[in-house]
Amino acid sequence: MIPASFDYVEAASAEAAIAALTEHGDEAKLMAGGHSLIPLMRFRLATPSVVVDISRLSDLSYVRDGGDHLAIGALTRHCEVEASDLVKSQAGLLAHVAGQVGDPQVRHRGTIGGSLAHGDPASDLPAALLALGGSVVARGPGGERVIAASDLFTGFLETALAPDELLTEVRVPKGPDTTWSFQKFNRRAQDWAIVGVAACRNGAGNGAAGSTGVALINMGQTPMLATAVQSALASGASAADAAARAAEGTQPPEDLNGDAEYRTHLAQVLVGRALAELG
Amino acid sequence: MQVDMTVNGQARSADVEARTLLVYHLRDALGLTGTNVGCDTSSCGACTVLLNGESVKSCTILAAQVRGAEVTTIEGLADGTSLHPMQQAFMECHGLQCGYCTPGMVLAATSLLAENPSPTEAEVREGLEGNLCRCTGYHNIVKAVLHTAEHDADFWQTQAGAR
Amino acid sequence: MTVVGTPLKRKEDPKLLTGEGKYVDDIHAPGELWMGMVRSTMAHATIDGVDTSAAAAMPGVHAVYTGAQLMDMGLWAAPLPCAWPVTPDMVNPAHYPVATGEVHHVGEIIAVVLADTRAQATDAAEQVEVSYGPLPAVASIAEARTDGAKAHSELASNKSYTWALVPDPAALDAAFAAATHHVTAEFTQQRLIPTPMEPRGVLAVPGVAGGDVTLYSSSQVPHFLKILLAATTGIPESKIRAIAPAVGGGFGAKLNINPDESLALTLAHKLGRPVRWTETRSEAAFSTHQGRGQLQRIELAADADGKLLGVRVHLDADMGAYMMLVTPGVPLLGSFLYTGVYAVPAFGFTCDGWFTNMTPTDAYRGAGRPEASYAIERAMDILAAKVGVGPDEIRRRNYLAGGEKFENLAVPSTLVFDSGHYGPSLDLALDKAGYADLRAEQARRRAAGESKQLGIGLCTYVEICGLAPSRALGGLGFGSGGWEHAVVRLLPTGKAEVVSGSTPHGQGHETSWSMIVADKLGIDPADVTVLHSDTAISPLGLDTYGSRSLAVGGVAIAMACDKVIDKARLIAAHQMEANPEDLEFAEGAFTVKGSPDKTMPIQAIAFGAFLAHNLPDGMEPNLQEQMTFDPSNFAFPFGTHVAVVEVDETTGQVDLLRYVAVDDCGNQINPLIVEGQIHGGIVQGVAQALWEDAAWDADGNLRNPSLLDYLVPSAAEMPSFETAFTVTPSPANPLGVKGVGEAGTIGSAAAVINAVCDALSPHGITDIEMPATPRRVWKAIQEANQ
Repeated sequence: MIPASFDYVEAASAEAAIAALTEHGDEAKLMAGGHSLIPLMRFRLATPSVVVDISRLSDLSYVRDGGDHLAIGALTRHCEVEASDLVKSQAGLLAHVAGQVGDPQVRHRGTIGGSLAHGDPASDLPAALLALGGSVVARGPGGERVIAASDLFTGFLETALAPDELLTEVRVPKGPDTTWSFQKFNRRAQDWAIVGVAACRNGAGNGAAGSTGVALINMGQTPMLATAVQSALASGASAADAAARAAEGTQPPEDLNGDAEYRTHLAQVLVGRALAELG
Repeated sequence: MQVDMTVNGQARSADVEARTLLVYHLRDALGLTGTNVGCDTSSCGACTVLLNGESVKSCTILAAQVRGAEVTTIEGLADGTSLHPMQQAFMECHGLQCGYCTPGMVLAATSLLAENPSPTEAEVREGLEGNLCRCTGYHNIVKAVLHTAEHDADFWQTQAGAR
Repeated sequence: MTVVGTPLKRKEDPKLLTGEGKYVDDIHAPGELWMGMVRSTMAHATIDGVDTSAAAAMPGVHAVYTGAQLMDMGLWAAPLPCAWPVTPDMVNPAHYPVATGEVHHVGEIIAVVLADTRAQATDAAEQVEVSYGPLPAVASIAEARTDGAKAHSELASNKSYTWALVPDPAALDAAFAAATHHVTAEFTQQRLIPTPMEPRGVLAVPGVAGGDVTLYSSSQVPHFLKILLAATTGIPESKIRAIAPAVGGGFGAKLNINPDESLALTLAHKLGRPVRWTETRSEAAFSTHQGRGQLQRIELAADADGKLLGVRVHLDADMGAYMMLVTPGVPLLGSFLYTGVYAVPAFGFTCDGWFTNMTPTDAYRGAGRPEASYAIERAMDILAAKVGVGPDEIRRRNYLAGGEKFENLAVPSTLVFDSGHYGPSLDLALDKAGYADLRAEQARRRAAGESKQLGIGLCTYVEICGLAPSRALGGLGFGSGGWEHAVVRLLPTGKAEVVSGSTPHGQGHETSWSMIVADKLGIDPADVTVLHSDTAISPLGLDTYGSRSLAVGGVAIAMACDKVIDKARLIAAHQMEANPEDLEFAEGAFTVKGSPDKTMPIQAIAFGAFLAHNLPDGMEPNLQEQMTFDPSNFAFPFGTHVAVVEVDETTGQVDLLRYVAVDDCGNQINPLIVEGQIHGGIVQGVAQALWEDAAWDADGNLRNPSLLDYLVPSAAEMPSFETAFTVTPSPANPLGVKGVGEAGTIGSAAAVINAVCDALSPHGITDIEMPATPRRVWKAIQEANQ
């Protein structure tokens, strides 16, 4: 399949991209690696009249030590996040999850910002960001604001980003002694998770030492935190009792791979396995 | 729009619609039909090419996004009539039958070994997760990749070092 | 020098490895127009209106035709062909390339756009407005059988035919009456999407002045294509040249005469411009037929020891919306194999073919035989449990000829198996698998109550290939013979050229045929060129399907070589002034017996035959012979496969840990190629067992047409395979060969599901429907433990 025709605008800078978004409004779509958008455009499920190409904004591709957090440029590709020593040492969960997205070709092209801005509940990276308690930086005509991961995902493929905002940076707390687990249950390696779980427990060096973040993949309209699990753990419940609450507050989708009953069961099993790995 | 890029070491230029996917640019505008299309969902990997040395699915990239970049297609891998070590290994190990997935499979495997010159069998299998083959059952493809990793180790170490 | 039997590297590979291989979509003709298909979004509806005006006004659009307009243009002399009317009263609704009046499946073509580019054709096809009058859809065999809604409004019943093979009904009844053990099992053979990696495509290039058309198609069957398109379009056969260039896999999916092929041919012929089309992958679920689609009921009758007394089978087979080339015959190809490798005194088989409002079914790798093998091999495991013996023991007790070697053995399904030797096949497979150790590990895990349980599954299959003796096909109502044609010639410079009627699409025929010729003529395989798949070069041929190429086409080549040698002998004798009987032919040269210095190489004879200066009186110049070989019997390859799976009882996930395959395809030409065929075949059967399932909903919509949701497995899901071979030559042909293209698939689905059921047997679970998805396995465990 071939995308419908569109006007192509290459943004020379983040500001130019924001200006293009401001000018074209809902008609425009940002394209970074294109690995979320082009598949939709090929089936004409997305038919933007303007595509604003930001894939060459190399100044948005970086991994930096931001003091108490890591700052990762939105255009950093999955393979770069996966291979970054800084990410591996300070946010091992994120490096690992970046290495689980799609397949190697996808990881050579797809970007962390694009994946998060797409807001797909079946996608891996949003769950990692949620579990880590990270945030994103959104830049718009009026300047920058920071959006916590827990506020970012607002609906099915919808985020808190305004139509004229560009996600420029991803931030995750540094956690050299954070333990983590990622559980991805799928039928083929390249597929999206039927259900997935990203979990981490902050080590002593972190402001929220001992707290546990648990996020769920493909258990509802958005990437989501397993809030019932987290609060159970916070109130001292055993891992098994906490895992039993994995599906509380979720709306698991029904498709060929699983109905709500099976996804509920998988969420419980996978959260249980993740918590066991956290130790 | 005018799209310029380096393909297989040569500067290539063509006027294409903005919506043109890299794979159709290569096939239709540049006549490089070795890169195949096997699906419409970025699933099968038949269209895999090297973009600045790394494997990508050319069905999921706009040609416009690749301006100025270096693209290697299957036509650019052999040195004249002398096959590239990965191509040679596929021939030695009978890693192809109908040949349709082969260009993408060979390039994906080339990119894999450039990143990890001495993979385990499991790493090869995981590393080729984005490429579907319907003929070989993958057995001899995996064998070919492991074969060249072992027999052409110096070559692959050099490739990895160049990265 | 002998190359047959050695793992010679393929001569096809350098082109395919460097991108030089040209598939249909790689070939272009000046002035070509792209077809864009407007496809039905309804499974069953009247077409109340088709508005093409917006599409016609789109950039680059040359024309838009509705079905009614195309009929008015008189493009077709007859509907698309079905070559296998299995019964005289088989119901076969007319199937034209484009629907008129009523559509019968989602994706049926309603209108065709012709435009300058692929993108423009896609854009314009989207703009055609169709108004439908919805009709109730028949979207399952079960629904078809109720005969409530009808898949075609004009039909009185959804049933197309009933076919029966019950050689001795009284004996069958008596066998069941006398039995100690009865097994009754029902299995679903889900629909599969064949998915060769190259989507189908077509390019028709007209010769305007001559009225001829060259049709490039990604087809397994260019010869059938030429004949049957001539018959259904009225374009003279002599004016059609069909070429199958590099073809990217077939697996049966390219064994058809498709609407798009007929459209491209007739429109190019009518308009005088090249016309082309390539399906997209998601379109292929509707534009190319699907495989399987059967409900099976198998009953076994056995004595107290588990020795089979009778097998009774009934199939309900899903034809889909129309009869395509061999749609109705596919289930019957399996009919003869429901007694498997076993001595069964009494047998009965019936099959009802049903119309539904889904993509038509037709051949897919194995075509009828994987289904048969699955049913009998699954049922044998169930019988073993009833008798209280292991799956290996129940097989040993029932093998034909007691597991000993046999030749030309009549079986109750009315066939004569060419040869078999099943006992050693099982022994070798169990030995390679380390069967006793596997059972011990299984017992350990069970005793320990581990969440990951081990399952071991066996399958001893036999299949029927080498299609086929023409008379036998005639007896089955098949509208073709089963012979194959070959020409072998030596060129003036001493190189050999072979023209084969077989039409490879990945199997490596150029290499295998070169090896046969090289050994026969005593020349280097590199000096043999194989021509094929172009009806102008190879006008006689019956193409590649049903694992027939070697056992029929390869044998034809070997026999043509013998004729070449016979003629060469006469020339050599004439020129060497010796008696033909006194000449020995070896290593590519004739030598006078007892005078080793008097030799004449075949290349010199070829040149002499070309010069024709000094030939025996009355002999035709040139060294070229042809052979049309019609086999005396089918070939019956067999083997034993062992699958080892791990079932995670917590999630239902099934992992294939090991796969041992022992196969016997008679003598082998190139073991490298044989093994490759087994590997690929295994995965397609494993994929049916664990992943693939064309999921149609109740309204006749396909829920997973793309490769995102139709789960063709990757390398990451598969282990490496452990293969071995036994060799039991076929007495039915001079090479002693059988066939190997489908064997892997025929053995593997049953082995895997037997393994899954073996793992789950402590729960009392005796069956899991294919594919054994994690959810399905988990639910079965939940229900069993309630």
